[in-house]
Formats: sequence, C-alpha cells, structure tokens
Amino acid sequence: MREEQVGDELGARLKEYEGCPAAVAGTGKDPVNAPMIRHWCEALGDTNPAYTGPDAIAPPTMLQTWTMGGLSGHRGRTGAYQELLGLLDAAGCTAVVATDCEQEYLRPLRPGDEVTFDTVIEEVSGRRTTRLGTGYFVTTRTDVRVAGEPVATHRFRILKYAPVPRAPLPRRPRPVVNRDNAGFWRGVAEHRLLIQRCTACGTPRHPWLPGCNACGSPDWDTVEASGEGTVHSYVVLHHPPFPAFDPPYAVGLIELAEGVRMVSNVVGVPYDEVRIGLPVRLEFQRCDEELTVPVFRAVRR
Amino acid sequence: MRAGDRLPPLRIPVTRTLIVAGALASRDFQDVHHDPELARRKGAPDIFMNILTTNGLVGRYVTDHFGPAAVLRKVAIRLGAPNHPGDTMLLTGTVEEVAGDTAVVRVVGANGLGTHVTGTVTVTLPEAGA
Repeated sequence: MREEQVGDELGARLKEYEGCPAAVAGTGKDPVNAPMIRHWCEALGDTNPAYTGPDAIAPPTMLQTWTMGGLSGHRGRTGAYQELLGLLDAAGCTAVVATDCEQEYLRPLRPGDEVTFDTVIEEVSGRRTTRLGTGYFVTTRTDVRVAGEPVATHRFRILKYAPVPRAPLPRRPRPVVNRDNAGFWRGVAEHRLLIQRCTACGTPRHPWLPGCNACGSPDWDTVEASGEGTVHSYVVLHHPPFPAFDPPYAVGLIELAEGVRMVSNVVGVPYDEVRIGLPVRLEFQRCDEELTVPVFRAVRR
Repeated sequence: MRAGDRLPPLRIPVTRTLIVAGALASRDFQDVHHDPELARRKGAPDIFMNILTTNGLVGRYVTDHFGPAAVLRKVAIRLGAPNHPGDTMLLTGTVEEVAGDTAVVRVVGANGLGTHVTGTVTVTLPEAGA
C-alpha cells in the first residue's frame, strides 16, 4: 500500500469528514439475548460454558453483532457518514472489505442488556492501491453503552475500493527436500524449527548436513529453536521481481539464540526499517496447502 | 503462564457452512460472505469469511486454551489473505507479556494463501493472580 496523494482531490474532500459523527445515539436492534448467543456459539464451534446457563455472558468478541444494522439497515447513522460512503460509491469505490477490528471490553454483556452506541469517523486515508483495488481506508470508533454506562469500545477499519479482477500470484517455489534435510521440513510442518546438533562434540549446525563441520562425526540429534534471534545481516530485494514474491522485501540472515544462522524473510516491519541487530522472533507462514516456511517477525521494543 | 509460552495450534477447516453461518450469526449480510457470484464480481474468487467470525475464532482460541474463567479484555486483529471455502486456517499463539494476572497473547492465523489474521488478545485469568 502506498500513498498517492498527488491529484487526490477526492481524498481531500473525504478528509473533511474526520471527526464527524457516523452514528448518534444508535440503538441495538435486539437486547443481548441467549438465542443469538447460542447461534453464534454454534456457528463458531465455541463450547465455552461461560456463554450458557443462568449466569451466561455474551462472547465478548460478539460485540459488533449487537450494533449491526442487518437487512433492515442502520438506525442512528448520520447524514455525514451516508455522504462519505456516497462519495466513495460515486467514485467507483463500491466494494467494501473490513481490515482491522480493535475491541476493548470494560465489562461483559449479559442477556437483557440494551446496547446504545455512538460512532465517530476517526480517520480517512488518502487514496491507496492494494491488491484488491484502489480505494480509501475509513476508520471509525464506536463507544458502546448499556444504561448510559460505557461497556466497550470498538475501532473498525474498512477499505472501500474500486474492485478489479486480478490473477492470483504464482505459487512460491518448492524447497528441495532430500534425505539430509527431510527432518528439518518435517519439523517446519509441525511448526517446530529444528537445529541439528553433533552428539560427539555438541556443535549446533544449520543448514542440515550429514556430518559435523567441527569434528567430522556423522552422529547427531536435534534441538528445537526457541525462536528468538536477531538480524545478523540482510538485503532488500527490489528488482527483478520473482514470480510468487512481491518486492521490495527484506531477506535476512538471522542469528538464532542457539548460535546458528539461517536465511529467511523478515516480516512485520517495513523493508526499509530492517537493521542489523534487530530482534526478531520465529513465526511460521503458510504459503499454500502444501508449503509452510519459517519467517522472522520484528519484535517491537 | 510465562512470556514465550506457546498455545497449542488450533486447526479450523474453513467450510462454506462456517463462512455463511458465521456471517449470519453476526448479522453480516454483505453478499461477499454468502453469494459466490456476487463475490466474483467484486474481484474475489469465491465467498470469504467476515471479520466478525475471524474475531470470534481468535477469541475462542484464547478462551479454549485458558478456560471459562478467562476474561477477554481486548482483541485487536488485522486481516490479510482471505479465508475462502475449502481452505484450512491454523491458529497459533504465543504469550507475549504477562503482568500480574493479565497476559497479552499474539495470535496468527495462517491459511493456504498466507496470513489471514494477526492480532493480540489481552486476557485476565482471575485464578492465576489469586
């Protein structure tokens, strides 16, 4: 995603809606109730006993359900919010996808609670181009109350965009799996990063090899990496683009806490903010049905 | 419970039934969550899971692990690759911080296309602090 502010007249107009209310004194269509809670739990396979019985609470993550307009539309939505959405529709940004949801629960909701809410338009981004299409992110913040008492807050971000059909990215190349490294990839499939260790002299090694570089012994076992590491070195790939990859991206040489290094992607941080010494933590990225790879996420300090 | 603890992974088969049932249970009638033809017109290959269902599954993953006494305080998620029917989402979680009886758990949900969801869940365990 990248800002494209030049000539973004619509963006400037949309910005004027920041701070405007999107819903004033909205009311939930139904009080918090056991049947809707049960439907939710059945749909999601949630068997938590806290959501059933005489002392039941509503699943906290169900918060937004109580303020949804449903097929009969929203109650309490302001003209400002309708105008904002209308401007986007008129500009061809007719499709919506939700991208972020941040909820804070001050107390549980229980059957019988009647929810009221106020929503403000917190932020409208400039024009952004995403894989789905070009559009604008709209962030709202909703304060939810019961009998005037705050019970929760809910920040929600949608992308309203002009849809464009797109070809899927080709699949990531397959790793070469052989007798020497099959154990490594079996570990990755189980979300475990296994390091070879020489049972004769104790030296850890990576990548996997049939013998020890330190003493030559062919005998080894494995230790599971803790997942902690730092960026020992890195490069940023800009060009040429390689099928299945989306440059620019950072490729790091990661020094694991166990003392070995491995090449992997550094994620969770813009490519141009990767630095030598950056603390990272192991994560497993599922590329498709058949392939999972270890990657390293920057740890915020 | 200590920082660095990992939660056992939870595998969620992303069925068409789960997507539609989750959308309707959350009163989300956007066509892209139940009508494949209209979803395709909007550039998606098929229907996809709505954010409320993902939010609920992330909450369920954490409360399944910590038990019914666990109280969710905050759930903050960001969506990436969509959950389409026929895929599988693997939820994994790591305890990032512990302060008294409250933990912050980082949750990642990976599917066949990449990372569907990343987020943090703040949860209080009344018995852990007692």
